[in-house]
Amino acid sequence: MRSIVLAAALLAFWLILSGHYTSFLLAMGVLSVILVVLAANRMHIIDDEGEPVELLAAAPSYWLWLYIEIAKSAWSVTKLVLDPRLPISPTFTKIRASQKTAAGKATYANSITLTPGTITTGVEGDVFTVHAIVKEGADDLEAGGMDKRVSQFEGTA
Amino acid sequence: MFYLSTGVILLALLITVVRAVRGPTVFDRVLASNTIGTLAILLLASIGFLTDRPEFLDIGLTYGLLNLIGTFAVLKFFRHGDLAYDVEEKEGKAWK
Amino acid sequence: MEMIADAVSWVFIVLGCFFILVGTIGLLRMPDVYTRMHSASIIDTLGATLLIIGFIIQAGFTLVSLKLWFVLALFFFFGPVASHALAQAALYAGIDPVLSEDRRNRELPAAGDNSESSSADKSEAPNS
Repeated sequence: MRSIVLAAALLAFWLILSGHYTSFLLAMGVLSVILVVLAANRMHIIDDEGEPVELLAAAPSYWLWLYIEIAKSAWSVTKLVLDPRLPISPTFTKIRASQKTAAGKATYANSITLTPGTITTGVEGDVFTVHAIVKEGADDLEAGGMDKRVSQFEGTA
Repeated sequence: MFYLSTGVILLALLITVVRAVRGPTVFDRVLASNTIGTLAILLLASIGFLTDRPEFLDIGLTYGLLNLIGTFAVLKFFRHGDLAYDVEEKEGKAWK
Repeated sequence: MEMIADAVSWVFIVLGCFFILVGTIGLLRMPDVYTRMHSASIIDTLGATLLIIGFIIQAGFTLVSLKLWFVLALFFFFGPVASHALAQAALYAGIDPVLSEDRRNRELPAAGDNSESSSADKSEAPNS
């Protein structure tokens, strides 16, 4: 089942990138898709961690929410950069992630890194080490708003 | 307007190169080179629109993938001193 | 119609250029490699996205705009992975961050199911 989804996604990728629809190129595309799916099967990377298709339905609303967060924090970092006094207060902190699956944890860690102002520097089990450029960023993460949103996103799977 | 975006990206590239030259640590340089990669993709897209040749975008996509692999290769080299280092083999599977 | 699309894409491109410049200025001004990474991530996220959305509006609904969406997805999925690897490698190499506060040894809320840890988060939030 996952193999079919992967094959469809790869074929769409090929069609979009090539832009030429002659029979020879299409045959080459189908051939390479089959080869890649076979190789992925052999490597046993087609599972709920390697290809979390269940999350796809909930992804758009999560991405929209994440994007608004990114825009907000990018604007606050912009104000920091343009401030002549450079009022930064870099903080290291540790937070606990409440996600259960590996894909959920990876989503949380990547969302933290993607948001300007906070970077995940280490993941050990469900404890993340996070570097924040201002104290308030670390406070927000410790309060766990984003953690809850990611758990909700993961729970829809 | 594509003249504007191309010009701004070139200016940003110049500033980033200054950071890459000044260092001071190797990680600053890797960060600068990663940023240069991002800006290069945007520059390629911008030039593609400027000259009406969208083929530049394909080069940009390839450049992005190579940029990622290059960053990882450099970081792995500085962390383990060996590009073929295997974490599972050397440190057990505890990191999972 | 064309006029409106042009104007909107102008706004996006100018905003994107602004954030790219801000990111590079931060790259010059920040004191150490970790804080510089925050500044660089403005370029990777907001700057690149606004610029590319401006380009997408210019391109209209064609193969080119689909490819631009791919470039955007590339930034979104691989950007954080590269920054994470960079930060981790810098820490591993023993580059000391400039810190005003280090909470790496703070007490963590107890591990448990979702409801337990989120209530622990709530009770702790006013103190932190």
